[in-house]
Amino acid sequence: MTKGPVLILGARSDIARAVAHRFAAMGHPIQLAARNATTLAQDKVDIELRYDVPVTLHECDALDPASYSACVDGLPDLPEIVCCAIGYMGTQAENERDVPMAQTVLRSNFEGPASILSIFANLFEERGFGTIIGISSVAGERGRATNYVYGSAKAGFTAFLSGLRNRLAGKGVHVITVLPGFVATQMTQGMDLPARLTAQPEEVATAIANAVRRKRNVVYVRPIWQLIMLIIRSIPEAIFKKLKI
Amino acid sequence: MKLSGWGNFPVHDVAMQTPRVVDEVVSSVHAQDMIARGNGRAYGDSALNTHATVNMCGLNRFIAFDADTGVLTAEAGVILGDVIAAMLPRGWFPWVTPGTKFVTLGGMVAADVHGKNHHGFGSFRHCVEWFDLCDAKGDVRRCSRTQNADLFDWTFGAMGLTGVILRVALRLRPVETGWIRQRTIAASDLGAVMALFETHAAATYSVAWIDCLATGKDLGRSLLMLGEHASAYETPARLRAKTATMRQKRRLRVPALLPGGLLNRLTVRAFNAAYYRWGAHNAGSRIVDWDSYFYPLDAILGWNRIYGRKGFTQFQCVLPETSAHDGLEKILKQTALAGMGSFLAVLKRLGPQDGPFSFPMEGFTLALDFPVSPATTRLIKKLEAITLEHHGRFYLAKDSHMSAETLRASDDRIADFTAMRDQLASTAVFRSEQSKRLKI
Ligand SMILES: Cc1cc2nc3c(=O)[nH]c(=O)nc-3n(C[C@H](O)[C@H](O)[C@H](O)COP(=O)(O)OP(=O)(O)OC[C@H]3O[C@@H](n4cnc5c(N)ncnc54)[C@H](O)[C@@H]3O)c2cc1C
Ligand SMILES: NC(=O)c1ccc[n+]([C@@H]2O[C@H](COP(=O)([O-])OP(=O)(O)OC[C@H]3O[C@@H](n4cnc5c(N)ncnc54)[C@H](OP(=O)(O)O)[C@@H]3O)[C@@H](O)[C@H]2O)c1
Repeated sequence: MTKGPVLILGARSDIARAVAHRFAAMGHPIQLAARNATTLAQDKVDIELRYDVPVTLHECDALDPASYSACVDGLPDLPEIVCCAIGYMGTQAENERDVPMAQTVLRSNFEGPASILSIFANLFEERGFGTIIGISSVAGERGRATNYVYGSAKAGFTAFLSGLRNRLAGKGVHVITVLPGFVATQMTQGMDLPARLTAQPEEVATAIANAVRRKRNVVYVRPIWQLIMLIIRSIPEAIFKKLKI
Repeated sequence: MKLSGWGNFPVHDVAMQTPRVVDEVVSSVHAQDMIARGNGRAYGDSALNTHATVNMCGLNRFIAFDADTGVLTAEAGVILGDVIAAMLPRGWFPWVTPGTKFVTLGGMVAADVHGKNHHGFGSFRHCVEWFDLCDAKGDVRRCSRTQNADLFDWTFGAMGLTGVILRVALRLRPVETGWIRQRTIAASDLGAVMALFETHAAATYSVAWIDCLATGKDLGRSLLMLGEHASAYETPARLRAKTATMRQKRRLRVPALLPGGLLNRLTVRAFNAAYYRWGAHNAGSRIVDWDSYFYPLDAILGWNRIYGRKGFTQFQCVLPETSAHDGLEKILKQTALAGMGSFLAVLKRLGPQDGPFSFPMEGFTLALDFPVSPATTRLIKKLEAITLEHHGRFYLAKDSHMSAETLRASDDRIADFTAMRDQLASTAVFRSEQSKRLKI
């Protein structure tokens, strides 16, 4: 049985690369979308050589809505699965003071990904099947002083995915929300992350592949994060606001 | 961040960067005082530099494969296991492999690794067509037997001290299946196992596991394991079909750093004795898959943690043929006397010296694992002295304890090596905690 294509948005991300490898290893053709997609030429060759599946490159900038339709029209086939790894954290200190910077963070994590996935949601609904995977973050579960600009954008994205899932349930289209905790990637390079709580990109890819197979709705990467977030969410606001976490 | 080699000793606080593309590596060289790191499977401090450690694992793309010649070109951070996963189903296997598949191509070049076929094939260098190296000036140089041939030669075994290997073109070996015909022969003592290596010199693969706690007339009792690639004809049909689709096996994972006392004299002795009896009982031929044959330890992820927080070290020396028996006997006696047996005690026949700075030389190599402790430090000093007396030398990929003096006493190639480093202006640029300790 030939497998359907998997489209990866934000394909230069370490997590995205791991996801692309995972689906390619299962025999899925791969579509890599990113800004400056031509720089992914080596990754295309790499995946084709390793797994003997076709790989195509597509230009897509989440901050440039005009690029969306060109991206969708350029795809050789409508994908079976689309996975959005686009995200941008910036630094909280900058996000607090620099309004354009904060807007970039909000748009890169929420507006852009939600808009692109809307297009695929409609196409998949029309077709009657498909899987939509959004990589959000545990940072969206509760706003914290150290990370709330990024966190609030992820919260918006998480809510968007949950609504989309609700809308498309029964229409053959499945929506998966991925909530990683810490992951060792370019985004977190140089940060001193606790090893036990930090996943490798490959673990995220495995969690995603399993979620697709088992039709899971919301997945945490490293189960301990589900517990941590349960605790963080349940702290009364009067106490929470005084905490430094 | 805190970082160590496979032995979890020594631990250094290093600044690590992970480039994703070649240009990022080249610009990092201008930072000066740095070392490349592969997958951290060297035991000691070869791949650590507190100032700048460049993790090459982000540079891990396949670049090209020529199905006519079997030459695979890939970035230096590609993991050997990924090469096997991609190429074995197409009928190709590495010519040379160490005892773990979790090493990078760059790390294999830098240590010029040897496998169970060294006596016949030689070290890793023999299957490398060329590599690209970023030198101390940040220039990328293609090195092969015809282009920058000196640099090509010296880089094998140089442990990252000539520059950063960026890409490697590697010749693979055509195989009909992923199965190995393994033959196990029990040897009652050291002399017997050494003689068996000579009797079976024509075997493609050979390695012996030594019960290093056996004493007296049992000293050096071992299991010799020979291997040949099984042809399609030799492989039962039900196995043949599985080769191409062979999935990663379920792996065990050692959870966290265990208390160091778990491996004590009693458990090690019991394990060694039981293993020998089991092996002797099951001696004979059978067909095993490539993964179990070449990489039995890879089935237990993170097995290095069983030695606990203080970590462990591996002592590996090679002794020339003529003095090997005498020297090995003394090493085994000294080890048994100290009661410091190791789970892993591996003896291997090596072929002729491979290059100007590679570890192997004609003779026998012995590798012993020990938990880090003051007693181990004392024992290693003694084992080093025995090795020197018997004109042997030490494997830098395993070392974490040696002194600069011992290195120089063991190897008359050091002066040439450091002169070459000076000439390349690489002495101040490419440095590891090991090279600082060994003053090379
Ligand atoms: C279980 C086990 C079994 C082993 N069995 C064998 C064996 O049978 N035979 C054998 O020969 N060895 C063996 N080894 C040792 C291992 O093969 C070597 O240490 C190898 O170099 C590790 O590769 P790595 O990618 O992990 O490199 P690292 O450990 O990260 O680095 C090792 C050295 O290579 C250098 N290096 C790494 N990448 C580059 C690069 N891109 N450019 C320049 N320098 C670089 C580093 O600077 C360092 O000096 C074994 C190790 C283990 C843990
Ligand atoms: N690392 C973590 O700890 C962690 C934790 C939870 C969630 N996540 C999420 O996981 C996802 C993947 O991140 P990562 O950790 O792999 O980090 P990453 O390597 O920084 O990946 C983020 C990717 O998003 C892309 N991107 C940013 N803005 C874009 C835009 N406007 N248009 C198109 N692409 C854009 C970036 O592309 P460029 O290369 O072009 O900049 C980059 O490849 C992100 O959504 C992130 O928020 C990460």
